[in-house]
Amino acid sequence: MRKAEIVTAVILGILSLCIMWKSGEAPSWDPSVARFDNIGLIEGEGPGSGFWPFWLSFIMFLCCIWIGINWFRGTSTPSQSNEPFLDAHGQRMLMVVGGGLIGFLIVIYVLGFYGAIPLFLIYYMRFLGGHTWKLTTTISVGMTVFCFFFFDIAMRIVLPKGYLEPLFIPLYEIFL
Amino acid sequence: MTFTKQLFIGLVGAIMVTGTMSSVAVAFEPDKPIEFIIMAGKGGGADKMARLMQAIVEKENLSSRPLFPTNKSGGSGAEALISAKNASDPDHTIMVTLNSFFTTPLRQPGLQIDNTTFAPIGRMAEDSFLLWVHKDSGITTFEQYLETAKADGTKWVMGGTGRAGEDNIITNYLNNEFGLSMKYIPYQGGGEVAKQVAGKQLNSSVNNPSEALGFYESGDLIPLVAFTDERLPLFPDVPTLKELGNDFSYFMQRAVVGAPGMSDDALVYYTDLFTKVYASADWQEYKTKQSLMGDFMSGAPLKEYWNAQNARHTVILRASGDIK
Amino acid sequence: MDILISLLDGIMVALQPINLGLAVLGVVVGLFVGAMPGLGSVNGVAILLPFTFVIQSITGGATSPMIFLAAIYYGAMYGGAISSITLGIPGASTAVSTTFDGRPMALSGRAHIALVAAALASFVGGTIANVMFTGFAPLLAAVALSFGDPEVFALMLMAFATFIGLGGDDIPKTIFSICIGLVLATVGFDIVSGEPRLIFFDITGFSHGIRFLVLAIGVYGIGEMLWTINTNRHGTSMTQVDVSARSIIEAIKEFRHAKRGTLIGSFLGFFVGILPAAGATPGALMAYGVAKLTSKDQSSFGKGNVNGIAAPEAANNSASTGAMLPMMTLGIPGSPTTAVLLAGMVIWGLQPGPLLFTNQPDFVWPLIGSFYVSNVIAVLVNLAFIPVFLWMLRMPFTILAPMIFVLSLVGTYAAYLDMFDVSLMVLVGIAAFFLRILDYPVAPAVLAIVLGPIAEPKLRQSLLFSDGDFSIFFTRPIAGPITMIALILIFLPLIKFVKNKITAKKT
Repeated sequence: MRKAEIVTAVILGILSLCIMWKSGEAPSWDPSVARFDNIGLIEGEGPGSGFWPFWLSFIMFLCCIWIGINWFRGTSTPSQSNEPFLDAHGQRMLMVVGGGLIGFLIVIYVLGFYGAIPLFLIYYMRFLGGHTWKLTTTISVGMTVFCFFFFDIAMRIVLPKGYLEPLFIPLYEIFL
Repeated sequence: MTFTKQLFIGLVGAIMVTGTMSSVAVAFEPDKPIEFIIMAGKGGGADKMARLMQAIVEKENLSSRPLFPTNKSGGSGAEALISAKNASDPDHTIMVTLNSFFTTPLRQPGLQIDNTTFAPIGRMAEDSFLLWVHKDSGITTFEQYLETAKADGTKWVMGGTGRAGEDNIITNYLNNEFGLSMKYIPYQGGGEVAKQVAGKQLNSSVNNPSEALGFYESGDLIPLVAFTDERLPLFPDVPTLKELGNDFSYFMQRAVVGAPGMSDDALVYYTDLFTKVYASADWQEYKTKQSLMGDFMSGAPLKEYWNAQNARHTVILRASGDIK
Repeated sequence: MDILISLLDGIMVALQPINLGLAVLGVVVGLFVGAMPGLGSVNGVAILLPFTFVIQSITGGATSPMIFLAAIYYGAMYGGAISSITLGIPGASTAVSTTFDGRPMALSGRAHIALVAAALASFVGGTIANVMFTGFAPLLAAVALSFGDPEVFALMLMAFATFIGLGGDDIPKTIFSICIGLVLATVGFDIVSGEPRLIFFDITGFSHGIRFLVLAIGVYGIGEMLWTINTNRHGTSMTQVDVSARSIIEAIKEFRHAKRGTLIGSFLGFFVGILPAAGATPGALMAYGVAKLTSKDQSSFGKGNVNGIAAPEAANNSASTGAMLPMMTLGIPGSPTTAVLLAGMVIWGLQPGPLLFTNQPDFVWPLIGSFYVSNVIAVLVNLAFIPVFLWMLRMPFTILAPMIFVLSLVGTYAAYLDMFDVSLMVLVGIAAFFLRILDYPVAPAVLAIVLGPIAEPKLRQSLLFSDGDFSIFFTRPIAGPITMIALILIFLPLIKFVKNKITAKKT
């Protein structure tokens, strides 16, 4: 945990610096404006467009240094902890559940929501949860059908279908 | 599914040649819900119109598949333009536009949007602009306005929707033409601007009639001059700027466009659909009540109108220093 | 007296069979839309707006369609609490602060108490707001009109001040959390300069800004869920609730402890709600902050204090009624939902504005009457459905968890119709999980992304107005006192800290 604390603080510190750099960006249509021209108080107008994000990220950066000092002195809870940041169980959990979510997301891009939802539910309930096939199938099919009728038909919120789109044309014919 | 620019131009050419857009035997029918992109957030003028059009389509049963509105207000319309440009199915993607259709591609050249590649389905109306002040300001004519604003210099505050948008363009015009130095403060929406004038936080605004109508009826806001070619039927006593001797008028287009790459058949279908929407009693009533102007326009004339607007906005924005 | 007679007439119209039927239908639809993560009143109202045209063509007039939409609005406000409590994901932005205490209560088997408290507090909040709306509409409209940019900014400062105590014990991490929320809120388009800002890697998805629900669902739907799965290693983590009439009655009795939170929420929510540009979300967040700040038992907030549910729930209902006021009398929306309602009114041929009450009494009074009626219907329908929602919690965690994940992704898409937002939400969720382990408080960031987009433009518009002079926040009669109080509240912890140091040195 102690190592994770300082690593995270350093990453967030770098992130803050990146946002500070990005905040000073000049407008794309006017290359004559220099970087960081917009982060100050403009005479008679108040803060420029980069003022708010720049100085807030600067405070974020200072906080990261502060977190680093607390880490060095060992005053914050995680910096005193000798427990691992994620133990073996935690790492496995992150792999299967977090990885499952990312997989879910990728499948949505390919097969759309209605292809991805049953696959994810089967993955999670059957392979992680160890439920019976009967229960798994019932819930995953039920959930998918419910979502289709709730979103696409009742609410007129058309969810992406990916490559499964042609399959839905006849359904639109019937229900819309 | 990206199309090359050449293909766009080719298609556009083909569309121009097609010419007549009346209801011939339709070769295209939508087979899935039609994405209806709105270039503004929920509740604004464009959103109101889009939802009214959607309602008319449903009520009169004009389309075999529903329109589903998607608000894409990001980047002053940039998000909507990009999203339409990259639409995976241009035949089922249409968009309702405002003047950011002209200004945003100019202001953000990095987007690489050529607005003439969009399919010209139909211009549904043109919104007008008037100059408003609070009744307690004691100003009743445009001449008085000019005097007071000139005397107040930068203390005279004009509010409007966004930077380099319609309201800002008119304000810049007034400043340059009449030697004023009014301060311009951008807000999120026109309704808020009207309220700020009614609450005496701002000195004046150039709201659309629909945004200020409530306060006009209650007598809080007074229109001084209209930026139109002829007097507005709702405000018969308000002179136009042209009558006062300055050749300037400015409108907001309210048009429906198709995603670049839309097929000719689909364009014919949508033009026909929106011709019917335009002709409906509901639309006509709304147009009168909100003091909207402009006749239906589509196809080649609409494209010409866009070219003229592009040229005009380039001049205007260059003059005000909003583009190089 | 005139008002009472008009109101009674209005209620009678609202009780006509067709209007009553529409109100019941609207409340039920709203309740389910609101209970769905991601979907809130704004989606419900926007989606059903075209349908109201059909109602209008049947009944004639704008009254019945408006009653229907107002009922959806009401129902959704009640429903938002349901997913906040049972699933731990805020149903809508207005219900975020309900998760702070709702989730711990559900985890410790007190979901029934939380749900009942939310329903009853909503009812009280709605009723108080209705009474104030009926009695003082013109006066309150004048108050709303006198609020300019500096006043709204001062109010936002006050909202921050009430939230100083929300963070954890680790000061730099709390400040970091607030700042990152505010910075993320600036991504997108700067209305004052008209420039795109912080569009990382030129991805178009950033041009609309980082949406509030992307952060909220990511943090609560994904981050917190992963954290729960990681910390509760042995099967289910939710304590089972028994679903019986007895437990509901017990829960109703329990509500007496939530009196303080309910009252704070009702009044504060209404006041914030009537201010244009604020809306129900800041109202609910402020109510939570104030309820905590003034409580004798501050440490129990965030761990399942029933006042922590009552305050934001009373406030969001009260604020949504309040937000109707600037919409009807000034023609400007106080929230996204009222923006859509406003569009509806214009489409039906009404002209919102100061004269609406005088010119359209046949529309205004039945609508106000329907607020009272819908509020009663909503609390009854909600109480009746509570056992159904509780039953959901009895599902094994290995079924509930994947369903929550699915609803988080679908809900985010449904809210914004943008796959980029869904991807960003998942990434935010996983990042939030890591930060959660390291004791970074996340609630301040979620708050900041709501207030940031209101506060920053108001600050800059005020300064444009004053030629860059900061004294504008202190010299105006309304803004001045609010700014001063806010600054005192912000620096109070610092003063306490220094005082403690001094006393510590003496002893």
